[in-house]
Amino acid sequence: MSMPQKLPRLGLVAVLLASTSALAADPGTQSIVLASTTSVENSGLLAHILPLFTKQTGIEVRVLAQGTGQALATASRGDADLVLVHDPEAEQKFIAAGDGVDRRQIAWNDFILVGPRADPARIAGSRDAVAALKAIATAGAPFVSRGDKSGTDALEHRLWRAVGIDPTAGGRASWYHDIGGGMGAALNAAAAMNAYTISDRGTWLSFGNKRDLVVLSEGDPRLLNRYDVILLDPKKHPDAKQQPAHRFADWLTSTQGQAAIGAYRVAGQQLFHPSAATPR
Amino acid sequence: MDRAGLIAFLTAPAFTDIVVLSVWVSLSAALLAALVGIPLGAALAVYRLPGRRPIVIGLHALLGLPPVVVGLSLYLMLSRSGPLGAFGLLFTPAAMVVAQSILALPIVAALTHTAVSDLWAEYGGALQVDGASRLRAIPHLLRVARPRLLTAVLAGFGRTISEVGAILIVGGNIAGYTRTMTTAIVLETSMGDFAFALALGLVLIAVSAGVSIALFGLNARLVNS
Repeated sequence: MSMPQKLPRLGLVAVLLASTSALAADPGTQSIVLASTTSVENSGLLAHILPLFTKQTGIEVRVLAQGTGQALATASRGDADLVLVHDPEAEQKFIAAGDGVDRRQIAWNDFILVGPRADPARIAGSRDAVAALKAIATAGAPFVSRGDKSGTDALEHRLWRAVGIDPTAGGRASWYHDIGGGMGAALNAAAAMNAYTISDRGTWLSFGNKRDLVVLSEGDPRLLNRYDVILLDPKKHPDAKQQPAHRFADWLTSTQGQAAIGAYRVAGQQLFHPSAATPR
Repeated sequence: MDRAGLIAFLTAPAFTDIVVLSVWVSLSAALLAALVGIPLGAALAVYRLPGRRPIVIGLHALLGLPPVVVGLSLYLMLSRSGPLGAFGLLFTPAAMVVAQSILALPIVAALTHTAVSDLWAEYGGALQVDGASRLRAIPHLLRVARPRLLTAVLAGFGRTISEVGAILIVGGNIAGYTRTMTTAIVLETSMGDFAFALALGLVLIAVSAGVSIALFGLNARLVNS
């Protein structure tokens, strides 16, 4: 094999490798990694508000859409610069473990119980989420659980504790389907199985495959869904980009950021209610 | 999503970025695997190295390397709390290239080894009678084996372009930065936008076939030149 034959191929390899390292280095722009939940990312909220922040500050926000449990784990390993999550109990543990500081609520919406239009457990119109879950368990109607330690999953398990039933105990109940996936995956599964499930309102409104699913129970105060932004403690996470992360948290709670959150609508409906000034 | 929305998305710059990133990452990974795997496979075929058999068996065993396990292991290595955390590679396209090249390496090396072994068995004696050392025999063997080496690299590329488990973990599916066609399909499916996910899937198949055909063409031109 003569050299001239080899050269174009080596050149191609060199160009590819060079461009890859260029992508990795990404010079010039400042960026932070936000570990967040699927509900704020998949609902389109972040895609709506982040360009405004980036335009003002030049800071690019890279979003990891994970369940709350995974997002907090990612951050506690030092792989994110701040978190935006919705599980008060897990957040308290995160802060108590010395990982997080300066928790601020930025918005709220609510969880809803959705299920098949036929409603075999007859929960439609109920404002009592615990009674509704009890009716589902009694009827043995199919129920889809996230099973992924997300904020929604944590809420679901709190509600089951209030019901006094542990559907995962002693060989799973046959009507209880733990799918181990995100909110959208759970809604897909519920739609396919004609099952009940608990969803955050944001994901529900922007979800594209509702089929026979409808909102059956809402309005219980226990279904409040709060979104908090938490910075990383510089003592434990010296590598976290404190200054730009701080600017982002400040912006989210600023008049401007709050207005941007409140302005986001899907099909005419407001998905998130800004609440930095009046935390719920 | 309606047809107009679909067309608008497929022609948007964000979508082009996703396609370009997918091809870049997967092609780089396949070529990286070829740079290491072809010499490795050839050396294992020609040299009587100690421990050669276990290595060859190992390479074949790793053909079924699970992407999620590679992704998770690499995640733990590249994490800030991991041994390679200081490089800050987690959640970057570079991490995705590394993950995919690990997955493609056994494929390229094992197929190269098989191709070159056959040729070495056939021509090895003659080449050595001619006085060529084993090292100098390798370029000749690789040249004869070139069609099969191309297949090896294309098989590696097939693995990388279609892969989602590893890059989802080490890339993070960050919009505009590490989102590829496969991770976008997972995301759209999870959001119930099946039409969209399917359209992306068809584009992925077309792009993957297109790149393979282009590599074939490039090879043919090199052979003729």
